[in-house]
Amino acid sequence: MLELRINGEARQVDVEPDTPLLWVLRDTLGLTGTKFGCGVAACGACTVHLDGEAVRSCVIPVSAVAGKEITTIEGLGAKGLHPVQQAWIAHQVPQCGYCQPGMIMASAALLAKNPRPSEADLDAALSNICRCGTYGRVKKAMRAVAGRKGG
Amino acid sequence: MSGPKNKSRRRFFIAVALVGGGLLVGYALRGRDRLARVPAFARGGKAFALNGWVKIGPDGTVTVAVPHQEMGQGITTALPMLVAEELDADWSTVRAEQAPVDKIYGNMVVLGDSLPFDPDDRGAFASALRWVAHKASETLGLMVTGGSTSVRDGWEPMRVAGASAREMLVAVAAKRWNTAPAECFTDAGYVLRRGSGEKLGYGELAAEAAQLEPPRKPKLKARADYKLIGTPAPRLDTPAKVDGSAQFGIDVRLPHMLYAAIRQCPVFGGALKAYDAAKLRGLPGFKAAVPVLGGVAVVADSWWRAKRALDQLEITWDEGPHAALDSGAIFAQYGRDLEHGKATTYAERGDAVGALAKAAKVVEAEYRVPFLAHATMEPMNCTARFGNGRCEVWAPNQSPTLVQWVASRAASVDFGSVTVHTTFLGGGFGRRAEMDYVVQAVTVAKAVPGTPVKLVWSREEDIRHDTYRPAAISKFRAALDGAGAPLAWWNRIVGPSVTRSFMDRLLPWGGMDYPPDKTNAEGADDLPYELANLRVEHVLSKTPVPVGFWRSVGHSYNAFFTECFLDELAAAAGKDPYQFRRGLLATHPRHLRVLATAAEKAGWGTTPAPGIGRGIALHASFRAIVAQVAEVSVTDKGEVRVQRVVCAVDCGTAINPDTIAAQMESGIVFGLTAALYGEITLDKGRIEQANFPDYRMLRLADMPEAETHIVESGAALGGIGEVGTPPIAPAVANAVFAATGKRVRSLPIRASELARG
Ligand code: FES
Ligand code: FES
Repeated sequence: MLELRINGEARQVDVEPDTPLLWVLRDTLGLTGTKFGCGVAACGACTVHLDGEAVRSCVIPVSAVAGKEITTIEGLGAKGLHPVQQAWIAHQVPQCGYCQPGMIMASAALLAKNPRPSEADLDAALSNICRCGTYGRVKKAMRAVAGRKGG
Repeated sequence: MSGPKNKSRRRFFIAVALVGGGLLVGYALRGRDRLARVPAFARGGKAFALNGWVKIGPDGTVTVAVPHQEMGQGITTALPMLVAEELDADWSTVRAEQAPVDKIYGNMVVLGDSLPFDPDDRGAFASALRWVAHKASETLGLMVTGGSTSVRDGWEPMRVAGASAREMLVAVAAKRWNTAPAECFTDAGYVLRRGSGEKLGYGELAAEAAQLEPPRKPKLKARADYKLIGTPAPRLDTPAKVDGSAQFGIDVRLPHMLYAAIRQCPVFGGALKAYDAAKLRGLPGFKAAVPVLGGVAVVADSWWRAKRALDQLEITWDEGPHAALDSGAIFAQYGRDLEHGKATTYAERGDAVGALAKAAKVVEAEYRVPFLAHATMEPMNCTARFGNGRCEVWAPNQSPTLVQWVASRAASVDFGSVTVHTTFLGGGFGRRAEMDYVVQAVTVAKAVPGTPVKLVWSREEDIRHDTYRPAAISKFRAALDGAGAPLAWWNRIVGPSVTRSFMDRLLPWGGMDYPPDKTNAEGADDLPYELANLRVEHVLSKTPVPVGFWRSVGHSYNAFFTECFLDELAAAAGKDPYQFRRGLLATHPRHLRVLATAAEKAGWGTTPAPGIGRGIALHASFRAIVAQVAEVSVTDKGEVRVQRVVCAVDCGTAINPDTIAAQMESGIVFGLTAALYGEITLDKGRIEQANFPDYRMLRLADMPEAETHIVESGAALGGIGEVGTPPIAPAVANAVFAATGKRVRSLPIRASELARG
């Protein structure tokens, strides 16, 4: 049994310790908001927060996250929509929506560290793939959140 | 499934019932059943489309059944907008619901569109073939989302369904007030009484309204009275897509569900020979190994365990006859077929060959494009449960009718014993019109009766077992007169047929003699330019690589071929590429306006910033017209960076301008990914790429500034989901020429060919 802290709750899971966190979230715990896109840390669909940092959960063995605070898309807006989620609605970002939980988690983690990211910061931090091509709107939404945060 | 029993009503309204205290109105194309009894000509000109339900709850919530699948294109917003407009509903109370599979929801437009004729071609043979196709789509009742047909398919029936429901609500309100319907009007979910402050919410009227006979010919609004159509109404699916609650196929969870991972024969045309599952027994969670279409699936109690077990499975493949095939051989075959193959003529005017023979100045060029994968963000997956003579399927798919059909075949149960649940699609782009993953999931479910199984492909399987956008080559010869005007245009395209490949997969025993596949030459045989002597041909060149419908299909390559060659012609004539095109569009004012809009908004004619090249392209597809201007810079190493894209689109009537802009951006990114990076290659019969590290995608850092300008023409509705893709590759290639003086004749654009020195 492994003990995990996910979205502020303690959860126990009985899986092989090398199981990627992604599959524990999705299959064992039913938190399907976190998506599978590539399994090799190349797309960002599986992005969650680990002690506040954006990480790609498809390549992190569950044994490596015991004792850490894990936040998934389901937990991000638990106390009301996160500003990133609000901006996503205001700018009508999602298309098919599949990449968006990962994109939103990466964006939220960036803003937590860097409330006024430059264009270069966005380029570097948001390397998630969106096959629907919502990048332009992601940028607009992020500029809006960053602007608001800065007053 | 939901087939109403009352035949006479079904002729027009397919169902009227009290459902959960709500009013339910279903609409079907008039004449449908009449047509089933009266042959041929009774159909008249109204053969298209027929879908839609309106449900109004006691609280006034309006639920609209959408018979098309949401894959990001915004159809679960656009179609409800049509209903809500005529219903005068309050947009904030409108919800979309996936319509169940039923014959009456068939998409009549899509089959008509897949014929090898211009939609305006009224020739007898063309009409006859089109008629046969409509008949076939009616018989099949094919529910399918593709070919950018959804809004066109829904335009008439959805509005009629909304208007009819509105009239029923008004009738009830008028009766309660003891007044005439003419004394009532509607607004934002209420019926109001003229000259008094009285009003009744739709929710209060719905139950009684459901008892009425639906008006068959409700009055539709005049365009000038639209309040919702033409506005950027917020998408209905956005909230669920930002909080993680949107259910994609891969998210389906059922009690006692098992998981399956799959490996398919790495060589096309090969087959599973043997496997040894003995070693897998005892692995954690392992349940079974099951031979399936194309390979073998391993079932376990979690997907990761299934995949781990699969990785340990020893499999022997019969690699079949194509184990030596590589990309070079395929292009060599195309090259031979270009010279010696049997060409089918798709368009002919005047005497292009004769004019070329006499011409003083001939311009010639050959282009090529590679195979491409769809790489939807959500890998292929399907969940199925089999037992007690029934089969239930949960699938992100572009055609529930086909899902029901192939599932019934795979499960050996009749059509009516299959229930299909369509989830959100994590991208479609044509890939999810294929049915391989459905057949596989049902096969696995049969092996564990009573237990649902979710089959999920790895990304590697997804890239290596796609139905690819065909690789193709295209050769042009054109002649210019002394003033630089084109005298003749000859074009021969070589490649496999998507429609044929698709049909062979669907009906392997069909062995049909298909008419020429329209998709081969689409976008090349219907050029808007005035070219008096023109000939466009295609040589069918089959390969073992399965090919499929890939966002914009034939347009995806023919736009690149034709618009790049036109640019070469302009240069040979010593003319500006924009002005050269303008000069050939005298009889196509819509095209001209779109082209001019893109050029003006992009500042065509002004000097671009140092190091920037500007390119332009115009392309019509799916009854929409799109022009794009791209600005690129090219480094000394030959790396292309697209800085800005200006897009103009005329898709007839704009239902939701924000969705149109989003779809143009989406199409541009999709096409840019292909132009800059996309290439699927074969070696030893195997696809060489496997995952995003080697099948590269455009990312946020590569995203150009993009702007979309909608040109409203009021013309018939065009599509939007695919039309933004075709022009971007030629616009960028032409911009590269402007920046470097080097022509791009092969995609993807290669830095090595553009490097200086
Ligand atoms: S699934 Fe983890 S990065 Fe793609
Ligand atoms: S919205 Fe579809 S992949 Fe990003």
